[in-house]
Amino acid sequence: MNKIAWIAIGAGLLTQPLSANELFFEATAKVSTEVSLFAQQGQFDNQNYRSNLSVALEPEFFWEWNDASDNLTFKPFFRIDQRDSNRSHADIRELSWVHLADDWELRTGFRKVFWGVTEYQNLVDVINQSDTVEGLSKGEKLGQPMLNLSLVRDWGIVDLFVLPGFREQTYVGNDGRFRSSLVVDEDSTSYQSSKGKKHVDVAARWSHSFDLYDVGLHWYKGTNRAPQYQVISKDGTDVLKANYQQMEQVGIDAQATIDNWLLKSEVIYQDNPTDNYFASQMGFEYTYYGIQESAADLGILMEYGYDQRGKKASALLQNDIGVGARLALNDTQSSSVLVGMIHDLDYNSNSFSIEADRRIGENWKATLRARVFSADDKDDVVSNFTKDDYVKLIFDRYF
Amino acid sequence: MNFKTLTGTLIAASVMALSANSALAETPEQKGLAISEQVVVRDNGWVDMLASMKMVLRNKQGQESVREIRMKVLEVADDGDKSLSIFDRPRDVKGTAFLSFSHTQGADDQWLYLPALKRVKRIASRNKSGPFMGSEFSFEDLASFEIAKYTYKYIEDQACDIGQCFVVEQYPTDKNSGYTKRVVWIDKAEYRMIKTDFYDRKNSLLKTLTSLDYQQYKGKYWRASTMKMVNHQSKKSTDLQWVDYRFGNGLTESDFNKNTLKRAR
Repeated sequence: MNKIAWIAIGAGLLTQPLSANELFFEATAKVSTEVSLFAQQGQFDNQNYRSNLSVALEPEFFWEWNDASDNLTFKPFFRIDQRDSNRSHADIRELSWVHLADDWELRTGFRKVFWGVTEYQNLVDVINQSDTVEGLSKGEKLGQPMLNLSLVRDWGIVDLFVLPGFREQTYVGNDGRFRSSLVVDEDSTSYQSSKGKKHVDVAARWSHSFDLYDVGLHWYKGTNRAPQYQVISKDGTDVLKANYQQMEQVGIDAQATIDNWLLKSEVIYQDNPTDNYFASQMGFEYTYYGIQESAADLGILMEYGYDQRGKKASALLQNDIGVGARLALNDTQSSSVLVGMIHDLDYNSNSFSIEADRRIGENWKATLRARVFSADDKDDVVSNFTKDDYVKLIFDRYF
Repeated sequence: MNFKTLTGTLIAASVMALSANSALAETPEQKGLAISEQVVVRDNGWVDMLASMKMVLRNKQGQESVREIRMKVLEVADDGDKSLSIFDRPRDVKGTAFLSFSHTQGADDQWLYLPALKRVKRIASRNKSGPFMGSEFSFEDLASFEIAKYTYKYIEDQACDIGQCFVVEQYPTDKNSGYTKRVVWIDKAEYRMIKTDFYDRKNSLLKTLTSLDYQQYKGKYWRASTMKMVNHQSKKSTDLQWVDYRFGNGLTESDFNKNTLKRAR
């Protein structure tokens, strides 16, 4: 991590007068055990297995002092995977010091920032790098070093970011599922900027709620989190090489919350050396409350993802319709089920998914995830996953 | 409450006061309104409040499940309260926080913060009749009492647990309410809601709420320490225990926004 951020954290901690009685400390943790079952062996070398076991540990340590005006959070992440050595990995999800004042706060360190309103993808969510090995749909992110000044005003919240230090996307290894025929060779990664990983990125965001509407506007300038790939030969084997370009992006995310309707929209315009393009994700969610005289709610959602680059787009949802239904039983165990389908209008491919979860007792949660892929067109990224249909059972234990 | 209804209410209240003096008969509707207004008037001016609640959910077999929530509430003049609720238990939702700007008229503004995703979601507040955290309390049961949310009818005087009570029927004005009416026992001495019967959309008795162990804070504001909700139809129940009520904490509007929601813990 960048020296500036470390020094800021250190200085922040040292200048705070600490006495034991005003220091609040809390430690919690989550342990996730994941069993994956695949319908068949994978289509590429080293994927000749039909089950996988994996365990993840995520502790969180929290300190607070100075009448709750300062706090420090440390949240490491560890995963061990039976098959894929790349998926066995560790990360600092959060190591950050936050100082609060009446109308501003300064957040320094490794953090995760989420922007966006839609369900199937979040085009405006550009600050953190994807922790791709965690799975296709989870949207897990790596901790990003940052200085974030947040200002609260009557006319909205303004967030200013300086992002020193870049994190490379994680990639499934040779033995992993959900990859293309070629693996990404992480030693070959290159950057457009001569500063490489040390390029300092900047971003700003304004967000506000008025009446039924929540709106956010952002600007980002720096290293593109999504790389471009090129096939190269290394030691006589074809591998993929990732190249991270510089880019500048502006975008808007907005939601209208009107009775049973949630209307959602994310639009970005990105300027990078290869393309200048628009992309959008928009749709709605309509909820029937208390269906059949019960406590259960049923939400129907539909979204459309568009990318002006068309088939050249790096995004998976470049001309795709997503539909889904969310059933929340609102019972003691907070049981819920989400079923969904994504149809790609360019390639005519489909993917179906189901996700169900339920609390067990006071400290456990069980989640079931299943996904089925169907793609005929070899140019479609999804065609790489057609033998990766899976059912995943996850048991989370909270401490 | 808009200015027109406020004026109307004031006129109604003065007319009622006059008619009481001159011993003219007031209608049951006027009397029901007047009693309910006293409930609000006597609880005005508390400014802000911190409190912790523990919910014990019991199913038909008596199996228990516990929820722990801390709350910050700001009184807003001429509108509903602003509140921030932080969930401590069950563990899988620890750190989840809920920000609500309630309004006397129209939909409330509500946001939910999901700590694992670091995501703030604006949620529809249309679902007033849905259960809160799987309990027998619905969202509307936990919302602050505002005059404009009901129309009223006084029924009779009756002896109740802590003395004499007015029995008043309150009819929700919101079409999204889960009830056709609630029958409230309000004690004559301090205008506290002692017991409430809830009638579902088919007008059959659904639930009974009993508020116990009232304590007075700052020499004025009465708060129940225990609220017991029994569902007569499902035979489930939820006990709500309030602890650590603290008033006058210097909270302001700036304690209730998306930034404070994200860092609530």
